Amino acid sequence: MNKIFIIIKREYLNRVTKKSFLILTLLTPLLFAGIMFLPAYLATLDNKEEHKVAVLDRSSLFLGELEDSKSTKFHFIPEEEYENVKNSIGSNEFYALLDIPQSIVSTNRVVVYSNKQINLDVKNHIDWQLEQKLENQKRAELVSRLGVPDLEDQLQATKTRITVDTLKLTEDGEGKKGSTEIAMGIGYAAGFLIYIFVFMYGGMVMRGVLEEKQTRIVEVIISSAKPVQLMLGKIIGLAAVGLTQFLIWVLLMGGIFIGAKSMFVSDEALQQMAESQSVMVQSNPMASEMMNNFEPNEFEKIIAQIEGINFPQIIGMFLIFFILGYLLYSSLMAAIAAAVDTEEDMNQFMLPVTIPLIAAIIILANVIKNPEGQLAFWASHIPFTSPIIMMVRIPFGVPWYELLISVAILALSTYGAIWIAAKIYRTGILMYGKKPSWKEIGKWLTYKS
Amino acid sequence: MSFFEVQNVSKSYAAHRALTDVSINIEQGQVFGLLGPNGAGKTTLIRIINQITAPDSGKVFFDGHNLRANDIYQIGYLPEERGLYKKMKVGEQALYLAQLKGLSRRDALKKLKYWFEKFEIQAWWDKKLQELSKGMQQKVQFICTVLHDPKLLIFDEPFSGFDPINANLLKQEILNLRENGATIIFSTHNMSSVEEICDHIALINKSKKILDGNIFDVKAQYKTETFDVVYKGDFEKINHILGADFKILDHTERPHFNEVTIKHLNGTSNNDLLMKIAPLAEIVSFSERIPSMNEVFIRVVEDNNK
Repeated sequence: MNKIFIIIKREYLNRVTKKSFLILTLLTPLLFAGIMFLPAYLATLDNKEEHKVAVLDRSSLFLGELEDSKSTKFHFIPEEEYENVKNSIGSNEFYALLDIPQSIVSTNRVVVYSNKQINLDVKNHIDWQLEQKLENQKRAELVSRLGVPDLEDQLQATKTRITVDTLKLTEDGEGKKGSTEIAMGIGYAAGFLIYIFVFMYGGMVMRGVLEEKQTRIVEVIISSAKPVQLMLGKIIGLAAVGLTQFLIWVLLMGGIFIGAKSMFVSDEALQQMAESQSVMVQSNPMASEMMNNFEPNEFEKIIAQIEGINFPQIIGMFLIFFILGYLLYSSLMAAIAAAVDTEEDMNQFMLPVTIPLIAAIIILANVIKNPEGQLAFWASHIPFTSPIIMMVRIPFGVPWYELLISVAILALSTYGAIWIAAKIYRTGILMYGKKPSWKEIGKWLTYKS
Repeated sequence: MSFFEVQNVSKSYAAHRALTDVSINIEQGQVFGLLGPNGAGKTTLIRIINQITAPDSGKVFFDGHNLRANDIYQIGYLPEERGLYKKMKVGEQALYLAQLKGLSRRDALKKLKYWFEKFEIQAWWDKKLQELSKGMQQKVQFICTVLHDPKLLIFDEPFSGFDPINANLLKQEILNLRENGATIIFSTHNMSSVEEICDHIALINKSKKILDGNIFDVKAQYKTETFDVVYKGDFEKINHILGADFKILDHTERPHFNEVTIKHLNGTSNNDLLMKIAPLAEIVSFSERIPSMNEVFIRVVEDNNK
């Protein structure tokens, strides 16, 4: 059996057969889902708390008109109680006191008293209720003053809402459903995933190399195998672990997507959707505005848009950029770990390698807003940032020749990085004692084997 | 041609000269002691033999041919600074190292079974290395070194970390391996173990070989022609008869017999001295002082450093 294969096998099985790998691989998607859904869930929990708001309506415009929400209940009080309620706010049953002045029609101002900052939910609800009622009253007054027949209906008819359906033109001139938001989401996720993978698995390579050096097993192994075999075996073995993890995630996500599709697109599910929408409308005025324009088949649209995305291309390019980017960084990380003796020294040498990675993440934030810009172009061609930035751009559509050039530059750089790393690794792995300087490491490149 | 030959090998690292024109010959079945102070170049030589590094110049011959990549399957190496994966199970680890040395999984398992039974450590198979004591880890490492039945074995300080009982067990195993035809390079600073198991030594100092030979010849070469004689008789008479060829280094008078230490200044034969003393005193014991390897080592290295 080929030695590099034996080494790859050990690295692979050593990780994959660990319980921690399986648990982490299965839990991470759940964890992500949790991170996304937990705040929403917590928000609904919070909404169940009732806040009573005392209202003194000096304008007499709103008496009995203000609608309660799930979390906000209005309670009108007579003027005699005003001082009393105001002084004991917080310690009595009321959460806040809303003071509507007589001049509200002209000033558009009200005051809310409370002993602590009132929460956004309550404030939004008060805002929304007052705005709506006042607007309605003003309009009703205007309509009756002008005396134009059917004016109310005509005004209603002027309300306009635009839905932008984005169609991406393909080679054969056919329009494909696309969504900027979904492209952004996927680009962001793909870029970030590469960043995480490179950091996580590059870090594993680095710690593995240092472990081998520190435990001195390396001396035993390289009397059986060449140093470059040991280095590449470790790097490739861990890449296989990463790809296994990725594959499991793709299958899980695919399963979830298909599951979600069959759930949401069925009539029953739509019914449920509608119910949950109405709940949301009650609790959140912002959401209600959105939901009012949300046709019941919107979910089908999203599904169609997701299906319109070229997943084979994205996954294929992800694999190419992940593998090349990972090889580029992890070989340099392996070289660094081989050159030093301790973790502290390693962290010091790590800085020049981590800076481009972190820069890529900073650039990512910009590129996602403008995937066609100069910055996006250059960052997706420079090898140290291209694995991340190009992945962000791909869902928006990138010409094939740009992809080709970017991959070619990255592949060449990766080849160079491995060549340099192998030289440093070979010498460094057998050097113990003092920490080398950059200059010395440079000299190692010229050593013969 | 010897089983293993190093011919005029030199190696430098940047400004540092690790080996200068070193040649050694090792016969099959020999235990060859590779000696030298720290930093003399022993490890570099061992690494060249293991093909971890290549010499700048010179040649290495193994079993009649130029040392080539495949020869590593015939070499077993126990480095001085050694270790194994701490979190890997003992059995898996030994299998892995054996496969890297070219054994098939099946052969490796069979041989491992033999060695684990021999050392009575079958119970360790599924333990992680870090659960074993240092001495136990060394045993595992020793097995990993010899498992593939190498023709050439290189032991660098094999006894460090062993208690006297296990060190003795290990010594027996090394001698057994020699009995079975293995050739052994043995590098150590422990000179008494050199005397116990080495047939031949080479001493390297400051990158150069400064001494090479059969262990008895080497010791003979450094003997000082000094004799300890215990006798019954009169010291003055002996002192008188010895003359200019001899020098009395020391003498002690005791109730029943006396002791004298005599150096033969231009010695021809030990019997010269015996025959001079014999008529004058009754000789209880007569012995020549043979230097220990320890003394040879110190003397040779110090002379060389001057």
